[in-house]
Amino acid sequence: MGNFDVMLVFDHWDRYMAGFINTIQISIIALIGSFILGAIIAIFRIAPLKPLNWFGTAYVEVIRNIPLLIVVFFFYLGLPSLGIELDGFVSGTLGLTVYTASFIAEAIRAGIQAIPTGQTEAARATGLSYLQTMTHIILPQAIKIVLPAIGNQFINLVKNSSILAVVAGMDLMYYADLINSDTFLPLTVYTFVALFYLVLTVPLSYAVLYMEKCFNIADN
Amino acid sequence: MDFIGAYSIPNLIFILKGFLITLEVAFISILLSFVLGTLLGTLRYTRIPVVARLTAIGVDIIRNLPLLLIIFFMKIVLPQIGISMSPFWSTVVGLTLFEGAMISEIVRSGLNSIDKGQIEASRSSGLSYIQTFRHIILPQGLRRMSPPMVSQFISLLKDTSLAIIISLPEIMHNVQILGGQSFNYVIPALILASALYFIVNYTLSIIARRLESKIH
Repeated sequence: MGNFDVMLVFDHWDRYMAGFINTIQISIIALIGSFILGAIIAIFRIAPLKPLNWFGTAYVEVIRNIPLLIVVFFFYLGLPSLGIELDGFVSGTLGLTVYTASFIAEAIRAGIQAIPTGQTEAARATGLSYLQTMTHIILPQAIKIVLPAIGNQFINLVKNSSILAVVAGMDLMYYADLINSDTFLPLTVYTFVALFYLVLTVPLSYAVLYMEKCFNIADN
Repeated sequence: MDFIGAYSIPNLIFILKGFLITLEVAFISILLSFVLGTLLGTLRYTRIPVVARLTAIGVDIIRNLPLLLIIFFMKIVLPQIGISMSPFWSTVVGLTLFEGAMISEIVRSGLNSIDKGQIEASRSSGLSYIQTFRHIILPQGLRRMSPPMVSQFISLLKDTSLAIIISLPEIMHNVQILGGQSFNYVIPALILASALYFIVNYTLSIIARRLESKIH
């Protein structure tokens, strides 16, 4: 095929790698950030304090029902209009973090609420404090439900990080565009981009499947 | 921030026109991806030797790629091998492929959740394999699939915004243009777009919840 040039990936290896590594970096930073933020929102949603519940619910409902691109644009276009300048990399990663946190918050809440309340009551009755009940009884069980869900969110993060290309965020898709403008071989350029993404997402998918299987066996 | 200037009548019409395209793309893609997803999910469920395996590989590849890349592929790469589509149809085809693959997984697990004893029972009562599938498995499976299916449609509606990368004049494209006219329009335009998406998606998510409580 005249349109396909396998050697292209070696000629432009440096730029592929720069984008690939940035994509991994963005995904990991956003995963850590959205886990912390998501945990806080989840606590807000189950805490025995109405205003916190409302805030947590509003956060999750609003963010989950709008596109990731809007969240990213708030950081990339919205903040500069208020005098706060952020580059594409930072605003894209922040957008991913804020967006993914709403999904992780829901996963954590679902995990905690899946544990029957009778267990909390029993633990409290035997003299454990609220915090001890959480750390020794509830969380170790909830983690089985939460962990695979977070794994799935990580896969989504890797895929969603491609949105940084829209805001010149130096990710894999952004570098692919640069390579494509130099070579005019989109079929080759983007086939390799697809392979780079699959190298990340396929093993992660299998890891999540494996996790789900392990936890299911442990339950039976 | 200039809400009054940003929400002038021509600007509102401009944004709403974009949202109309968003809804149009989403509607067509929902129908097509539902058909494709049901077909692929059923193919995998039937376990026809080679076909089921190939479907599985295809679905897993598509599901593990960024949708942005798939939409981009439709518009930028396909013309190189002789297939040219408008931004509108590139988006519809890209969304259909990606969401169809997602829906096929929902369909497959929905069908798998039907107790195997029911198949044996209906087969031994004289129904053919096709009849068993049509009258016993599919009706029950579809009911169980509907809540995750609606959630997937919510994702689809949000995902139409990715078509900004191939300059489809949907709502986010128009928001960006409006923001380019004046710095003061950016946040008002983003808030309006958020509200429009929220209204449609929140309604859908309430429907999903209703369906879920009906099943349990």
